Amino acid sequence: MKVSAQDIRTVASLSRLRISDEEAPDVTAQLEKFLTYVENLQAIDTTDIEPTTYALPIQNVFRADEVKPSLARDLALSNAPLAEDGYFKVPRVLEV
Amino acid sequence: MNLNEMTAHELHDLLTAKEISAAQITADVLARVDEVEDAIGAYVTVTREKALADAKAVDEKISRGEKISALEGIPCAVKDNICTRGIRTTCASKILEDFVPPYDATAYSKLAAQNPILIGKANMDEFAMGGSTENSGFHVTRNPRNLDCVPGGSSGGSAAAVAAGEAVFALGSDTGGSIRQPASFCGVVGMKPTYGRVSRYGLVAYASSLDQIGPITRDVTDCALVLNAISGHDDMDSTSTAAQVPDFTTALVNDVTGLRIGLPKEYFVAGIDSEVEAAVRRVAKNLERLGAHIVDISLPHTDYAISTYYLIAPAEAATNLERYDGVSYGARVDGADVVEMMTNTRTQKFGAEVKRRIMIGNYALSAGYYDAYYLKALKVRTLIARDFAEAFKTVDLILAPTAPTAAFKLGEMVSDPLKMYLQDICTVPLNLAGLPGISIPCGVTSGGLPIGFQLIGKALDEATILRAAYTCEQNS
Repeated sequence: MKVSAQDIRTVASLSRLRISDEEAPDVTAQLEKFLTYVENLQAIDTTDIEPTTYALPIQNVFRADEVKPSLARDLALSNAPLAEDGYFKVPRVLEV
Repeated sequence: MNLNEMTAHELHDLLTAKEISAAQITADVLARVDEVEDAIGAYVTVTREKALADAKAVDEKISRGEKISALEGIPCAVKDNICTRGIRTTCASKILEDFVPPYDATAYSKLAAQNPILIGKANMDEFAMGGSTENSGFHVTRNPRNLDCVPGGSSGGSAAAVAAGEAVFALGSDTGGSIRQPASFCGVVGMKPTYGRVSRYGLVAYASSLDQIGPITRDVTDCALVLNAISGHDDMDSTSTAAQVPDFTTALVNDVTGLRIGLPKEYFVAGIDSEVEAAVRRVAKNLERLGAHIVDISLPHTDYAISTYYLIAPAEAATNLERYDGVSYGARVDGADVVEMMTNTRTQKFGAEVKRRIMIGNYALSAGYYDAYYLKALKVRTLIARDFAEAFKTVDLILAPTAPTAAFKLGEMVSDPLKMYLQDICTVPLNLAGLPGISIPCGVTSGGLPIGFQLIGKALDEATILRAAYTCEQNS
């Protein structure tokens, strides 16, 4: 299974990962080897077979719409790399 | 016998008879940590002060004549992907190196309600991705039975701590074998409960439809005691089952008369070590001698389990790990704008295997490949689950090896990720089908390495597994 350089760039970008030019051949070769291995699934006839996302039957769970205590703001922010005035702080997102 | 080599139920009997104190047990285990931890590396964090203070509180309770729980005062390790309020929880990742959870995982708070003594947070493969604990972002863990070998993974720190006397029991997590395989490599007992039996709230998510927390212990009785402590429905986990939790200690019956136990032919094929196969077949003979019926069965889609698992688990992981973006918690590496900051953070702080699985997952989920890979895997998952459902029409339990080999050497597999994945063939099918399974020691190889066998049960039927496991243990 061949994987193009463009595929690697797209998937890396979706993953918010940077793959350097030196790493790219290894990453590509490993992905190709993996995809070749999982080709064995294509031999199975899955016509009319429903996909399974959860193995055991689970149902939607309802609960009363009541206000309950939640994590205090200072605790919710306690692991933030950068916080200010009760908010998470991130680098500029919009051009001004 | 050293205190650190005893089981939880033996120590409980000594505590209630006032023959020893919780402080003595804890001191003994901490001394053992001091003695062997440099060589083994089972822990990411050792919670020494908390352990000593908690032990003192248990002893005061006993001296007041109060009744203590089955696990009260017993030293334990908790895998470092299970959140512990106020105690650093790293998932063995640089991206969570300084993360201090503001809340407890439900499984841990249920356990903590019994007042065991937390010795520390156990090392693991980063984000539970791996089968050797060599993928830890901090240090490798070595197998206490042979320091040249891996302890298995991803709960390698938990299994090594129990095997080395650095804890009496531990909590691990199992997404594709991560409790059972290290238990087998280290010569201890490890159980993956039925999916939904134990709440996943506060377990750092790897693959949400497969992850399950479970016990790693020195014997089957301790396994039942820990399972009693952590099981049960949780409003905070919508996938946790509402099914009643039995008292699992009532399943500890030394009798397998009439039980029908299946031997799946697909688990005894090329790639399995001959000593492992012989040991598991001896278990079957022994069970037959004790009154069980051994039946040859087939689980025809077993050969596809690795492909199915390694498409589904990375797809779920790629999605779950999107949250590590350097914003609300975890490490941040600065960048000129928000996308560069996120990319720098993830590129520099995730390890190689985590990045590999994120790439596989996002590839399998991406436009043009979704149907061929991810959706196809979900359909084959249905067929794998049906194989088990069919088999359980005629048998009560399934007996199989836990892993195709005993522990391998450090460094032996790291250069070939696919070879490492193939090691999971005996364990991943259960996760795909949501079924419970246990690994029990059954002898050693000629090289002295532990061998484990696996008992697989019907959904929510951990009790029958424990009964057969207990019988094997009592008659081995």
